[in-house]
Amino acid sequence: MTHLTLDKVSVHYDGQPAPAVERVSLDIGKSDSGRGDFVVLVGRSGCGKTSLLNVAAGLVEPAGGLATVDGRPITGPGSDRAVVFQNDALFPWLTARENVAFALRLRGVPADKRARRADELLSLVKLGDAGDKRIWELSGGMRQRVGLARALAAEPEFLLLDEPLGALDALTRERMQTTLLDLWAAAQVGVLMVTHGIEEALVLATRIVVLAPGPGHVVRTFETHFGRRYAAGEPIRAIKADPAFAAARAELTDAIFEGEAA
Amino acid sequence: MSVSAYSERPAAKAGENNGFSVPWSRPRPKRAVVSARLVSAITILVLLAAWTAAASLQLVSPVFLPSPAAVWAKFVVVARDGFVDATLLQHTLASLWRVFAALIAAILVGVPVGLAIGISRIGRGVFDPLLEFLRPIPPLAYLPLIIIWFGIGEPSKILVIAIAMLAPVALSTAAGVRGVSRERVDAARSLGATRAQVIRHVILPSALPSILTGLRIALGAGWSTLVAAELVAATRGLGFMIQSAAQFLVTDVVVMGILVIAIIAFALEFVIRRVERVLVPWAGRE
Repeated sequence: MTHLTLDKVSVHYDGQPAPAVERVSLDIGKSDSGRGDFVVLVGRSGCGKTSLLNVAAGLVEPAGGLATVDGRPITGPGSDRAVVFQNDALFPWLTARENVAFALRLRGVPADKRARRADELLSLVKLGDAGDKRIWELSGGMRQRVGLARALAAEPEFLLLDEPLGALDALTRERMQTTLLDLWAAAQVGVLMVTHGIEEALVLATRIVVLAPGPGHVVRTFETHFGRRYAAGEPIRAIKADPAFAAARAELTDAIFEGEAA
Repeated sequence: MSVSAYSERPAAKAGENNGFSVPWSRPRPKRAVVSARLVSAITILVLLAAWTAAASLQLVSPVFLPSPAAVWAKFVVVARDGFVDATLLQHTLASLWRVFAALIAAILVGVPVGLAIGISRIGRGVFDPLLEFLRPIPPLAYLPLIIIWFGIGEPSKILVIAIAMLAPVALSTAAGVRGVSRERVDAARSLGATRAQVIRHVILPSALPSILTGLRIALGAGWSTLVAAELVAATRGLGFMIQSAAQFLVTDVVVMGILVIAIIAFALEFVIRRVERVLVPWAGRE
């Protein structure tokens, strides 16, 4: 079992009067057999979701508390924790295949070998024939899938997703949700994801952590199972139509807006 | 595997819709473009006509203003027989060699300096004031000093041009580096890139469009420094040719030289824009 753990982490940005996040603890586990947690952070603007993700990524140093992978403190970014951003952050001077192969190129993997691996990953995200495409020839959803494949090429233990579907239109987003679930099952990673989408959180997560601002803290944690039902073969529409889904959505919405002045 | 289940359309496919007019597409404002070009063409023709008229009516002495026909005739003669011991091609190649040697020197120094300014605070502190000091000085002002230091040989001429090119190259590189998207750098780091790999694989390619713009500006600056660079102890070069002709009051060669310099500058600009399109096809499409 591998764990990405934030232990009472606080984030305080230079020049800000108040901390952005105060004493938040999280744990994302990944069993050696492959199945990992899918932890989703939700909450209103300013609750520190992205700050926490950046601490896990090693891009932001916590002002207090400790971020660790298997007990080893996180001192910077690393390919065991690959990040996918809202704006794909792909490299337009490379083809889709070369983007996916980027992490392998950094490691000095020979060109033919990394091209083969990149094509496998592109097939996994259902872009098998787009390897030679330039980034600007791809739609937003396709780009985001290239971004996911690129992150998976680093063979991370954990995927950190910062609103990866935030810039997509509603229909594409819905399709990408199932893509994410497929990847999560296939790639054997633990996932930490930030989102604004309540339904998205319910569909994807094994655990939802609700944060509230002022400074960012955890107000509730839900264990959910809708993603597992999809993995077991139930169609996503049927899951979303389930009254239990509607009830969970209402409960989660209440938790997010709890304590906010009406 | 099925792609059709995920059949999103590519956002913008190059060449799509070209030469194919859809009923709801709005007519392009073509007339404005054509008329601007037309006005430019008319302007040039009118100037040429006025020049021809002034020359043929002897309104101005040919010593001051030779006729277009005389300039053209001189072009043919100098191209074939040469002027001051070299043909027009030899003069042109001598000048082009100096400008390109200077360009390479400016790239070798300017790009690393621009990187240093863009990446590190110390780099910026060291190089920014130096560049700001160099940038506004006209080449004729530092030419004497360079001759005192480095003599009257070829290196001095190349150096004068290179100095004029350095600031545009370095400052454009720095601007490109500062414009690199934070997320791209972070994404690369989280994929395991070291600092050196981030510079090599993310920052440099990201800054490339800006660097190429800098080269274009630098070529313009260098080309316009040419005459100053060839002021002392040159035996070939377009600038040298013009100055020699001026000393003998061979005005038609002077005018011809000016036109050749202008045409070559225009051609260089055109070539480097082509190069930009090939090297950085993503510029402006992100």
